[in-house]
Amino acid sequence: MGHIAVMNAQVKIPGPPLWLLLELTYRCPLHCAFCYNPTDFARTGPELPTEDWLRVLREARALGAVQLGLSGGEPLVRDDLELIVAEAHRLGFYINLITSGVGLNETRIAALKDAGLDHIQLSFQDSSKQMNDFLSSTRTFDLKSKVAALIKQYDYPMVLNVVLHRLNIDHVEEILNMADRLGAEYVELANTQYYGWAWHNRDQLMPSRAQVERAEAATKRFRERIGRPMQIYFVVPDYFERRPKPCMNGLGSIFLTVTPDGTALPCHAARMLPGLEFPNVRDTSVKHAWFDSSGFNHFRGDDWMKEPCRSCPEKARDFGGCRCQAFLMTGDAANADPVCDLSPHHHLVTEAVAAAGEERLRPAEEKPLVFRSPANSATLFP
Amino acid sequence: MSADPINDANPINGTSIPAIDRRFRLQWEAAQNAHVLLYPEGMIKLNASAGEILKRCDGKATLADITASLEQSFAASGLSGDVFAFIAMAVEKKWVTLLS
Repeated sequence: MGHIAVMNAQVKIPGPPLWLLLELTYRCPLHCAFCYNPTDFARTGPELPTEDWLRVLREARALGAVQLGLSGGEPLVRDDLELIVAEAHRLGFYINLITSGVGLNETRIAALKDAGLDHIQLSFQDSSKQMNDFLSSTRTFDLKSKVAALIKQYDYPMVLNVVLHRLNIDHVEEILNMADRLGAEYVELANTQYYGWAWHNRDQLMPSRAQVERAEAATKRFRERIGRPMQIYFVVPDYFERRPKPCMNGLGSIFLTVTPDGTALPCHAARMLPGLEFPNVRDTSVKHAWFDSSGFNHFRGDDWMKEPCRSCPEKARDFGGCRCQAFLMTGDAANADPVCDLSPHHHLVTEAVAAAGEERLRPAEEKPLVFRSPANSATLFP
Repeated sequence: MSADPINDANPINGTSIPAIDRRFRLQWEAAQNAHVLLYPEGMIKLNASAGEILKRCDGKATLADITASLEQSFAASGLSGDVFAFIAMAVEKKWVTLLS
């Protein structure tokens, strides 16, 4: 998510948090094994009450935030979603609802439209009922198809998001055909990024290089064949690259996430980074969190960098990649993202990719997927 | 950008009425000191002249009206080539729809 074109190089004085993501809840009717939410979400504190979310909106907008993502978990489980949307609209946000579709009936979509919601991004897990329902560990495919029709009926741009991984990436052509049938205007084929539950299930979710190449070729063929405008974003899985992604455009540069319990983070996954103070908006202003907390300041600029990043001519382009990925794979968030082939830890990435390419049992038979659920979270973190 | 404003292949002329495409929202952002175009999960920050042109694309004014308004506001003349070229680009990028 987040196609914001801004020339925002390394800056000493941070610009505004242009992109505000509110994770309104960790509650979710789906149980996707590739979810980026933290695996310990079951022990998160209580969700922020409505008035705190409204204050966060006002404070962030005053700083210059303009793109708003409402996500989770499933944001529709909050019955104050319409109130939050209405206040965001009054303030001038462009409001994106990022949803599984579960809970979006005609009453609610009409109320959300009325409140000023600008766009709905609907997730599908696969092109078939069987695979969609297996991968989300629910029976939701038919419901999602109905929601897609409602989105059209209410004149929203049809934006589909499908997270790709080993178990569905071979269905890219069918997924795109489904998107065409549903009348999609934008399709995001987002290869899994390995955080949270996806990190836990990485070996079972990682596609082989041959799968990725076939999927890219299928996407290219579809683009050439389709006879109407459809914007397809194929987000290449970074493990298959030689340079890291410019994660979040540099931490603390554009993105501000607030988690269900009110923790302010410079990216959805950053809570895992050790030694940083991530303030809670219950007891601090958004302005203080963004400008003054160590959690946001630590990885601004390049003083934190180690070699090979520090002296790298490309450091202003990719900011050393993803801090969370560096931490998860090397144990030190200040290391180069191991996706970079200049990283001394790059072999950790190439080994994972090589393992995914080996002929072997279907990975789910070797080691079962752990689906995202409060029960599994509590088991992992007793 | 060197689109010829008076060209048979170019449907854009002084009577064309441009409007911001329904997929986009044009908005002034004080924090960025710029007009921006907002769309699903994205934003395009506009430079000053692009913002001045697009804010006049209200679905009522013709390109001739828009050009005249710009020339008056900025005490300039001969802007039509630049304005037409920008609108041609904006139509190609689907920021703008021509109503006639």
